[in-house]
Formats: sequence, C-alpha cells, structure tokens
Amino acid sequence: MNLLRNIFLRREAGIAVMIVLFCIAVGAVKPQFLTLDSLRIILLLTPLIMIGAMGQMLVIVARHVDLSIGSMLGFSAMVTGMMFKFYPEIWWPVGFLVSIGIGAALGLLNGVLVTLFRLPAIIVTLGTLNLYRGLTYIVSNAKQIDRQFVPSALKSMSQTSPIFGIPWIIFISFGIGLLTYGFVMHTRVGRQIFALGSNPIAAPLRGIAVNKVTLLVFTISGALSGLAGILYASRWGFVNPSNTGSGFEFQVIAAVVIGGVSINGGVGTVLGTVLGVLLLGCVAAALPLLGIPGTTQSAIYGAVILIALLIDRTVRQQGIASLSRARA
Amino acid sequence: MLKKTLLAGLALGMAMATTVAIAQEPVKIVYIGKNTGNPYFDSITGGFEDACKSLGCEFEFVAPATAEATSQIPFIEAQIQRGVNVIAIAPNSPDALNQVLDSAKAKGILVLTVNGDLVGNESHRDATILPVDFTKTGPNQVELMGSMIGYKGDIAILSATTEAPDQNTWIAAMNDTLKNDPKYKDMNLVATVYGDDQPEKSTTEMEALLSNYPNLVGVIAPTTVGIAAAAQVVQSRGIADKVHVTGLGLPSEMRDFVKDGTVSAFQLWSPYNEGWLAAHFAVGVLGGTIKNEVGSTFEVPNLGTITIADKNAMNTQAELTTFDAKNIDEFNF
Repeated sequence: MNLLRNIFLRREAGIAVMIVLFCIAVGAVKPQFLTLDSLRIILLLTPLIMIGAMGQMLVIVARHVDLSIGSMLGFSAMVTGMMFKFYPEIWWPVGFLVSIGIGAALGLLNGVLVTLFRLPAIIVTLGTLNLYRGLTYIVSNAKQIDRQFVPSALKSMSQTSPIFGIPWIIFISFGIGLLTYGFVMHTRVGRQIFALGSNPIAAPLRGIAVNKVTLLVFTISGALSGLAGILYASRWGFVNPSNTGSGFEFQVIAAVVIGGVSINGGVGTVLGTVLGVLLLGCVAAALPLLGIPGTTQSAIYGAVILIALLIDRTVRQQGIASLSRARA
Repeated sequence: MLKKTLLAGLALGMAMATTVAIAQEPVKIVYIGKNTGNPYFDSITGGFEDACKSLGCEFEFVAPATAEATSQIPFIEAQIQRGVNVIAIAPNSPDALNQVLDSAKAKGILVLTVNGDLVGNESHRDATILPVDFTKTGPNQVELMGSMIGYKGDIAILSATTEAPDQNTWIAAMNDTLKNDPKYKDMNLVATVYGDDQPEKSTTEMEALLSNYPNLVGVIAPTTVGIAAAAQVVQSRGIADKVHVTGLGLPSEMRDFVKDGTVSAFQLWSPYNEGWLAAHFAVGVLGGTIKNEVGSTFEVPNLGTITIADKNAMNTQAELTTFDAKNIDEFNF
C-alpha cells in the first residue's frame, strides 16, 4: 500500500498514467497499436528526441534554455556528412567524434556568451539558432549530402540490432539516458546543477562554481545535439542543410516539459523526461494510424501536449494534497 | 507594348553590335528556386550553368530559406534592382507574385517560370518551361505501378503537403485513370496520405499505411522525400517482394534502393534539361533569334526542336523518364 502510494506521489505518475490511458484509447480503436511492431515504430521515432532531451533537461534544470539544439544538430551532421563525402577514406566511426566534438564546441560558445556577457540564454540561443543554421548553409554551399555518401555501416545502425530486433540507435539513446541518470544522481557536479537551478543566488555562497556549471550544461547540450546529428544521418540516410534538425528544439522542449521538468529550474528527473519523450512518440505514431488527416494532425499534436501538461499538474497537486492530509 | 519596343531595341542593338564589334554585355540570368538546400534545384541550376558556359551568359541561383508563398518577393525585388535581363523562377505560389513580376516585366526583364507555372495567372510571366506535360504524370505513374503489381491489388498514395497544387493535380489524374481505364479495374486505391515532405512524417505515414492496410501491395509517392522515406521503411522491414514502392524520385537519392532491389523502378524527368532549355530560350529571345510566340519553334542542342505551345509553354520531354537498375547509373542528378 505504501509502495503504491509512493509510486503515485512521484512526479512521473501523471505522465505515466497519461501514456497508459492514451495507448488504451488508441488501442480500442486500432488494436494494432498495442503490438510489438508498433512499439518498434514508436521507439524508432524517439532516439534523437531522447538524446536531445537529456541535454535540454540539464540546461532547463540549471534555469536556462537552449533553443539552438536543432541548428547544432544540423551543423554537426552537415560537417560530418561532408567528411563522409569528401574524405571517404577516413574510418567512419571517426564521424561520431567529429559530430560530438563540433556540437560540444558550439554548445560551449553558447555557454560562454551566457556567462561572459551575462545574457539571458533564451536570447543567446535564439541568436545562435540562426547563426549555426546560417553557417550550415555556408559550409555546405546549401547542398544536401545524399544517401550514397553516408556509410552503409552507419545507416544500418538504425536497422540492424544486437539483440531482440531492437536497432542500435535505440540502445544508444537509452544508454545516454542511463549515463545522464548516473551523472545527475551520483556526481557532485550533477547535484550542483540542481542546486544552481533551485537557487542561483545561494549557489555561489555554497561554493558552487556557477560559471563552470553553466558552461558544462551548455557544452553537454551541444555534444548531445552533435550525437543526435550523426544519428540523424544514420536514421534518415542524408543530411539536408535546411531540414536536418529544423524544429528539433520544439519537440525536445515539449518532451522535457511534459516530463515534469520545471521551466523555473531546479526540478526534473531523467525518468520523467524519458516518459515525456515516449508520450510524444506514441502521439506521433498514433495520429497517422488513426487516419487523422495531415491538416489536423499538428493541431491535435499541440492539444495533446497541453492536455498532458494539465493532467500532469492535476495528478501532482492531488498527490501533494494527499501527502499533506496524511501528515496532518 | 513596352516589351515589344524593348525587344526591338535589343534586336537592333544586337545587329549594330555585330556590325561594329562584338562588345555586348553578357545576358544576366538569375534563377530563383523554391527554397535553399533542395537537391532538385541543384540539377536545374547545373543545366543553366552548362548552357551559360556555352552561350556566354552570366548565371546566378538564389532562393529563400523556406518555400513560402511570399518568401520569394524580396528576392525578385533585389534582382530587379541588380538589373538582370532574365528572371527565371520556380514560383512558390500561383498568385502571390503577380505584382512584383509585373514590375519586373515593366523594367523590360524577361520573366520565365521554370519547373512550375502561375496557373491561372499566366499573363504575369512571358513564358513557362515545364519538364513534361504534367497531365501525363498521373497516368504514367499508375501504369508503372500497375506493371509492378500485375495490375491487381490494394494501393495507396503517399503525397507531400495537402495544399501542394502539382501534387493534387497528379493525384486527381491518378484517381481518374484508376476509375476510368478498364485496364486498372482490379487496382484498388485504399488511401491517400500526406507526409509534408518531411522524412519523419512521411515515415510514420508509411508505417501507418502498412499497419492499417495489411493487403497493401503498392505505394505511389509522387514526391522525392516521400518515395525515399517509403523505400526506407520497406527496406528496413525487408518486405520489398510484397509491397512495391514507386513514384517520382531523384536518381541520386534512389540509387541505393534500386541497386539493392527495394525499388524496381521509379520516374521523373530531367531537371537538368529544364535549366538547359530555359537558358537557351532566354538568350535566344533576347538575341532576337527566337520569337516568343505560340506555335513558333526553335532548335536546342541535345533536345531537338522545341515548340512553344499554348500559353507560351515549353516542355523538355514528351513522357516521364523511367529509372531502373539498368539505366540509373547514366544519370548524375
């Protein structure tokens, strides 16, 4: 009984309930939604968002926001794709180092602008959102990297599986989730991010190197965007200067916020974020299956995000209310 | 009227120039694409560039970041300012550009639509260059699909956006062909879905088609993003022998899928030839060697005799090109 109550008191309860209700509702109309095959489809929709969401979660917990992730994804994917195209003799896994490295450098630049010039992150990253996208056009001469230049071994990471028919990129994304969990729960710096976000004024007084922590979260966000960049090339087989990563920030921030990460900083969990990502994946997979026409899908997608937030908030407030009753 | 005077003036100028010395400024041509980073336009641009190398014109390609109806207006204005002789454009809207194109024409600029026309507003451009007679796209695609599935079974269409005019014309023609031609009476169109020309969305729509219609034997995707996404789904599920994908695609994007047998054949035209024809036409008209009148004909190297059809429209080829494992390596776009 206590265990059950503890489960419901957790922040993640609302979103978990939402996922279950949503899947049951869709499954009632389209039974094929509740099959392993559609689970595979949902999971394949989520790896990039999952990876981006882990970085974004850290940034938002530190009371900032990173709007430039889609452009960092696009730029690192493009440079990596150009390496594949013009230097095919380079061993392809080097692409991971290149993509992650470039992403980290761009993220670090965001962090430097935020800390050095004391600018709000929303403005800085809005600027670099455009800057990095513009640089993507410049380096690529606005030319797409076609399918034939992306190494087949990289592409097959999205199709072949080490175990249970689950493709490699899904393992990578959950691996990043686990690493993030370890980082925030079991390292000093990880805890400092939360301390900084809950009280930025008190944080330096408690000996937290605020600038270093801020630089770190933006660099991680950039590095993970870079990882998502090379995985984009794996998943879709091409890199396009305007499409690749475009709108990525909206999906990721929606997932993070649905997952219960407070936009006011200081609060958020890896599990909640993962559930937020999965809910978005369920919705994206369910809408076409239900035969909802393309013209109304984006309105419904938006409405589902709002409803999810409302349900999450209601469930949590009731949890808090019952907790205070129990104590009284 | 003004245009005719100008053309006459130009012709006169040419005549004088040839008698005195060939010191004429090269013709400046700009092509305004729908959006940047679209590999389709790289190919059209290639045709323009090669033609300008042999004809001695100056060529530039510009395009807005996104393919919105009004996003091309500032680009047209900038080119009028720059003083180009020819504006070729792939219009993002059939009517939003009327005014700005009129002001270009008033400055004596030759305005051509290339790869898409201002349907219903043809008076706002001087001529149009289209790859094929687009009324053939629908029937040709249905025939190719039919030949792949033995003219029998459930098929679906995976399109781009719901409001794209060319897509809707083709889809309407596909529906007509399926309904009215007895040859296709056993082919059953079960759904038409839209992937918005995004790989993610096209993929989820394709997955949903497979899930909702287990008897599906074919998918026609008359859009380059859609056909690649559909092929990728079929490839990763290993169901190429059961579900046949075809449509309109770029050889550069489809080569791998054709070689590994995921897609046996698909169609398109040569975007390269559109640029090639447009440059030859523009230089010819400005030089006075081509009359921009319905019914007049002219020769273009590699393309043969081109006839200016109704509404000043020209086509680079009569039928769609079909690409398969045998010929795909002959195309480099």
